[in-house]
Amino acid sequence: MAALEELERAYEKARRDKKFQARLDELLKTYAGRPTPLFFARRLTEKLGGAKIYLKREDLLHTGAHKINNCLGQGLLVERMGKHRVIAETGAGQHGVATATVCALLGFECVVYMGTEDMRRQELNVFRIRLLGAEVRGVSSGSCTLKDAINEAMRDWVTNVRTTHYLLGSVLGAHPYPTMVRDFHRVIGREARAQILRVEGKLPTAIIACVGGGSNSIGIFYDFLNDKKVQLIGVEAGGRGEALGDHAARFRGGSPGVLQGTYSYVLQDSGGQIALTHSVSAGLDYPSIGPEHAALRDSGRAEYVPASDAEALEATTLLARTEGIIPALESAHAVAEVIKRAPRMKKSEIVIVNVSGRGDKDVGILRENLKLD
Amino acid sequence: MPLTFYKKPALVAYVTCGDPDLAITREIVLAAIDAGADVVELGVPFSDPVADGPVIQRASERALKHGTSLAQVLTLAAEVRQKAQSTGLIIFSYLNPILRMGMEKFCKVARAAGVDGALVTDLPVEEAGEYRSAMKEYDLAPVFLAAPTSPDERLCRIAEASRGFVYAVSRTGVTGQRQQLAEDARKLVKRLRRVTKLPIALGFGISTAAQFAEVGEFADAVVVGSAIVEMVERNRGREAAAVGEFIRGLTAVSPQLSVTVL
Repeated sequence: MAALEELERAYEKARRDKKFQARLDELLKTYAGRPTPLFFARRLTEKLGGAKIYLKREDLLHTGAHKINNCLGQGLLVERMGKHRVIAETGAGQHGVATATVCALLGFECVVYMGTEDMRRQELNVFRIRLLGAEVRGVSSGSCTLKDAINEAMRDWVTNVRTTHYLLGSVLGAHPYPTMVRDFHRVIGREARAQILRVEGKLPTAIIACVGGGSNSIGIFYDFLNDKKVQLIGVEAGGRGEALGDHAARFRGGSPGVLQGTYSYVLQDSGGQIALTHSVSAGLDYPSIGPEHAALRDSGRAEYVPASDAEALEATTLLARTEGIIPALESAHAVAEVIKRAPRMKKSEIVIVNVSGRGDKDVGILRENLKLD
Repeated sequence: MPLTFYKKPALVAYVTCGDPDLAITREIVLAAIDAGADVVELGVPFSDPVADGPVIQRASERALKHGTSLAQVLTLAAEVRQKAQSTGLIIFSYLNPILRMGMEKFCKVARAAGVDGALVTDLPVEEAGEYRSAMKEYDLAPVFLAAPTSPDERLCRIAEASRGFVYAVSRTGVTGQRQQLAEDARKLVKRLRRVTKLPIALGFGISTAAQFAEVGEFADAVVVGSAIVEMVERNRGREAAAVGEFIRGLTAVSPQLSVTVL
């Protein structure tokens, strides 16, 4: 609790400090590559024959995904708090890579916890993290995925709390994490809103983003929350079936519960034990969801739908072949939803899809599943 | 008043229920009481025990393999209560199984089973309003954890919210045995004494007779958990006997004085 309070104070102070914001903006611009383009996907739009589809290109950021936005923000906070050791969890490895990158940039010691199942399926990112000078610690408890990596990171944090900052990578965990991580990703929606108004002169009908913990989606949703006519659509991992254990669609099979300091929808059994999850994408393979998404869903402001493993794989191929963009398997879930939805919409309508990351890390899984050789 | 320490230092023994199965847990608990445990913490296994080290993690996994539930642990508590009237019984759990059962129902069933209190590892005092009122309504003692990193004002809140005793965590980190007792421990107990008259039990990392004696010099009770759970793991087929012997060995060298309870 003391560390959370310290973090909350440091964050509240930094948030109002112009120097902090200026330094963060500068790094986002010159190091991470912001602003990211909003790209009109002409061939995909024509193929689907409905709404105009724009892609928010977070995949073009340094390290290959939106995760760097939050890592730079928290990295600068670590400097201010005078800590020198940073730990993080990672699922798909994107947050691990982004954390290791920022630690190299700012000169912190870095340890990344990763489930052994995820290390296997995201081998390339494990190597990248090590190349960046960070240590990867495999976690072989539970489902050997993201949830277990968070457990282990939390154990490390409570043990080394005096010297260590836990750079949590999603809008999860205890306060102030969900708020702080959201704020660092708000830039996605702020840019997208200005960009679409500039190009189209009007707001989109819908925004679509994938939801694991929910950082990229809350980031792009947030600045549209008051534009009541803009539909916000989160896409969860539908996995390989509807039975508990076969998916990570918290709003389809979950119920309110507490996991890792967050009260939200949780996939669990009748005795309150947390369920195992499955998704082809390591980054969506998590049994709970950011609490702000739970609130948006309950209030009806946002809508959440699942996309299956098969649909995500198909969407990856389609986007690669119509636009020359290979999305991360996580982001491919959002693409899968636009494939279903755009044809039912009018040509005058606009949809923005957040391509939160690029698919380079997934070539191994794609190769196994798509059998193109 | 079973949540009373009649000896100083008193022994609080933790067991992970359902490891290796509930029938053996019952024997283990009775053996621990017979060997001198003043309070028993009945640990409810949880799929994601973030506050626990490897020993209790492994025990929880074993217990969950055959579906040990909070409801079963409460039934076990009732059985133990039949046999042991003066021993304190505390349900030691993560929050989610309790939420799933329902806070009110949990308290009601626990009270009926003869449980004295509960310790919910991942429920900080700041978020415990609803829990505290439900516990109060059923005359159950909430026990909260105080950490070496807790500032004084937080220690006050923890002490005010706790009944029975305050659980002082000997060091930062998760449960599990350590060679040496951290300097943190002594300081924390001293700081707690300034804000509460409740007895103070010190836990995390205590596994030897020497440590038991050392803690007895400054705390009212010693919590032993991982070391007992490891005895269970290592002594398949004679778990209860092994735990009984271990506890006798733990307390043998230190003079446990009788405490007059007013």
